[in-house]
Amino acid sequence: MIPTEAYLILSLALFTIGVVGVLTRRNVIIVLMSIELILNAVNINLVAFSRHFGSVDGQVFAIFIITDAAAEAAVGLGIILAFFRNRETVLADEMDMLKW
Amino acid sequence: MTSQLPFFLAHIWLLPMFPLVTAAAMLFFGRKLKNDAINVLCAGSVFISFIFSAGSFLQLLSLPQDNRIAINVLFEWLPAVPFHMLDGGLANFVADWGFQLDPLSAVMILVVTGVGFLIHVYATGYMAHEGGYYRFFGYLNLFMFAMLMLVLANNFLLLFVGWEGVGTCSYLLIGFYFHKKSASDAGKKAFIVNRIGDAAFLLGIFMTSALLGTMRFADIGPALAKGNFEVGDPRIVAIALLFFVGATGKSAQIPLYVWLPDAMEGPTPVSALIHAATMVTAGVYMVTRTSAIYVLAPSALAVVAIVGAITALFAASMGVVQTDIKKVLAYSTVSQLGYMFLACGVGAFTAGIFHLMTHAFFKGLLFLAAGSVIHALSGEQDMRKMGALSKKIPITYWTMLIATLAIAGIFPFAGFLSKDLILGKAYEKDALLWAIGYFTAGMTAFYMFRLIFMTFHGESRVDHEVEHHIHESPRSMLIPLVILAALSIAGGWVAWPEILGGNSVFIRFLEPVVAVPHELRAEAAKGVSSRMGEIGLMLLSEGLVVCGILAAWYLYIKRTNLPQMIANRLGWFYRLVYNKYYTDELYDSLFVNRAKDLGLALGAFDRTVIDGAGVNGAGWLTRFISKVSMWWDTWIVDGSVRFGARVVWLLSIPVRMIQDGLVQSYMLLVVIGLIGFLAYYFHIAHQAMH
Amino acid sequence: MILNQVLFYFFALLAVGSAILMVTRRNIIHGAVFLISTLLATAGIFLQLQAEFLFVVQIILYVGGIMVLFVFVIMLVNLDVALRQIQFNRQKYLAAVLALVLATQVGFALWVARAGLNLSNPSDKMPARNTEAIGDAIFQRYMLPFEIASVLLLVAMIGAVVMAKRRV
Repeated sequence: MIPTEAYLILSLALFTIGVVGVLTRRNVIIVLMSIELILNAVNINLVAFSRHFGSVDGQVFAIFIITDAAAEAAVGLGIILAFFRNRETVLADEMDMLKW
Repeated sequence: MTSQLPFFLAHIWLLPMFPLVTAAAMLFFGRKLKNDAINVLCAGSVFISFIFSAGSFLQLLSLPQDNRIAINVLFEWLPAVPFHMLDGGLANFVADWGFQLDPLSAVMILVVTGVGFLIHVYATGYMAHEGGYYRFFGYLNLFMFAMLMLVLANNFLLLFVGWEGVGTCSYLLIGFYFHKKSASDAGKKAFIVNRIGDAAFLLGIFMTSALLGTMRFADIGPALAKGNFEVGDPRIVAIALLFFVGATGKSAQIPLYVWLPDAMEGPTPVSALIHAATMVTAGVYMVTRTSAIYVLAPSALAVVAIVGAITALFAASMGVVQTDIKKVLAYSTVSQLGYMFLACGVGAFTAGIFHLMTHAFFKGLLFLAAGSVIHALSGEQDMRKMGALSKKIPITYWTMLIATLAIAGIFPFAGFLSKDLILGKAYEKDALLWAIGYFTAGMTAFYMFRLIFMTFHGESRVDHEVEHHIHESPRSMLIPLVILAALSIAGGWVAWPEILGGNSVFIRFLEPVVAVPHELRAEAAKGVSSRMGEIGLMLLSEGLVVCGILAAWYLYIKRTNLPQMIANRLGWFYRLVYNKYYTDELYDSLFVNRAKDLGLALGAFDRTVIDGAGVNGAGWLTRFISKVSMWWDTWIVDGSVRFGARVVWLLSIPVRMIQDGLVQSYMLLVVIGLIGFLAYYFHIAHQAMH
Repeated sequence: MILNQVLFYFFALLAVGSAILMVTRRNIIHGAVFLISTLLATAGIFLQLQAEFLFVVQIILYVGGIMVLFVFVIMLVNLDVALRQIQFNRQKYLAAVLALVLATQVGFALWVARAGLNLSNPSDKMPARNTEAIGDAIFQRYMLPFEIASVLLLVAMIGAVVMAKRRV
């Protein structure tokens, strides 16, 4: 049996990589993909604890998270498309119209 | 007191009120009245005053001779205010609106209202075609009111009220034709020169009050007696001299006579009334009224006599060369007033008042007749353009001739009796004074007959257009002339001298009222000087007068080119006299222009200092303060506001940096927050575990 | 036993490696492909954790739905311009540091709490039939969240359509 903490560390690693991706990349599509990565890391965490405690609640939660991720990805990509049509850019640095 | 008096004496106070009422009527609605109504009102009020004067006089006669005095006090004008006299005693300052009728004031009111009434009647004819008719009569009545107040007052203050009043009316009437600059200038000159005398008069009144503690005439005698003043006390002399300076102003003596010739700018009735019969005699009246003070100051009396005599001579010399008919009469008035003061100065106050009365008759007549001549000649006043009028205006001619005989001093006309009385008294006092008066009488006869000959006789030098319009004056002007002519003949007979068999009623009548100088008392006790001496003097005067008349006849009828030749021969002396000895120019450079300089200097001061520092300075200061205020507002007040705004701006800079619109920087902040939160959470959890 | 560990390490390394690669690629398509790889590795992890239903759902939904969507959108945006740009923004160092701090924090928490949670000893009592158990849980205990998730999907669908529509 793999101890639960191994899965937790894996989840932490993926989460960290995802955070780095969100904070660091200029291309917003990569940022969105990094967000998916973060959500995935959380899923791993939930499922690991689901097996640790022997109930399916964690997995149910994970399903809902996947649902949510899908919805959010759809809307987010729609926004990116709309923005791209207006401003011809997908770089986060150039999306600063709401500044002071 | 008043309730026990007979009617007229109890109502003396009404006398001045009649003309006052009509003057007020003229003020309020004179404009709307027709000339006839004005005539009735104004001349009528003076006539009523004359009736009252006559009635008062008759009722006064009924009183015993040594107590002929009636006093009406209407009310206390200034109630008693205690003050310290010069010698430390306590006195009460009281001035009442009080009237005093005694022989002196009775004579004055008869002359003033009688001659005044005749002149009013004359003026209705003379001024008939002039503008401002109601204004003229209003002023004239106002003058009558003031003059009556002057002579009826029972104390100095009320007398001074009348004194000032006549001065004001004189100004108003001299400047009646105010559109003419010369007339308004003459009015100003009269008033200002008068004021100088008035200042001295006022000082005299103050000193009297301080020294004697009273202002009432009736109380002066007792106060002098109580004060135990020596003859010649310098304080008394000072008072007497101050009063006399006031008299020189009002009665046109040296040095304040300069206004009287200029006053001829006024209408002729004004010259007759004010500058011959009444106002100019106020000085003589005042000196006589205060004779009690003068007799205690012989040096002052000497000054009075000397000034009077010299003025008489001086003015007569100027009258000889004048060419304007009214100017001759003006200088003649100054000269005759000099005679009156000469009389007072030698102690013969009653003689002065007698000459005052006769002078009112013949001088008033002379002025009115001159006015008649001017009227006939359509305004011509220059005697060089007259001549041969005696047949054309006969009544004017004969009345004027009578007046001229009176003033020259031909027996038995009024002027002879009064002038000779004065010369007689002067001779008793001082031969030099008599000599001056004697010589002046000769000059008087000369220049007066010169006037007659130039105006009425000889060849006609009248302008052609004027000649066609020569006409005798209307009855309203001629009747007063005739009445005054009668008075000029017979007016002196009330003082027919004793040496000629008369009774001298007039003199006796006045004697209780006037004081007599000490040395003259001794003389009176001794008896009059020799009859022969007096008659001798009379004959001498008559002789000189006849010579004067003959000289005038010779120069102006017989050899009419002679006057000009004499004038040329005399050269600079003639020019000096003709130009009135340049006194006006002298006064101008000494006083008038210096006063103007002071005015200009003060004006300059006012403009530069007061306006500069004060007004402009205030303006500058206001602008300066507003600049400071603006600076304050801009930098301090606005500054604090902007400071607050700048602080907020500074504080917002770091906050602004955070809102850069970049999602990833917001995410960074989220992560930072998360780190913080977790740190805190784990700390709590850590503590809970252990 | 050994198989378990080998599988775990395989899937773990694959996931982490793909993740790192995804975050660092210049080409977005490469990034998308590496994300797919990560997701597949994650699915394997799920399987090892006896979450069979989730394993399938992950592959079908995540990889087959979401990633396809991603690839479509990548194709619609201008790839060439993005290739020539700088890929990392200004805050990269700070971000890296903060991420490490975060990781350290959580790691430290795990380390401190490892005894209390007894993480070395997972349970054995997983339900035998996974899908049925999940179905039970969803339609009994978690009915409300399920319905809400449905509404959420509906709204997201409408939203995506509206957002991506061409200007009308």
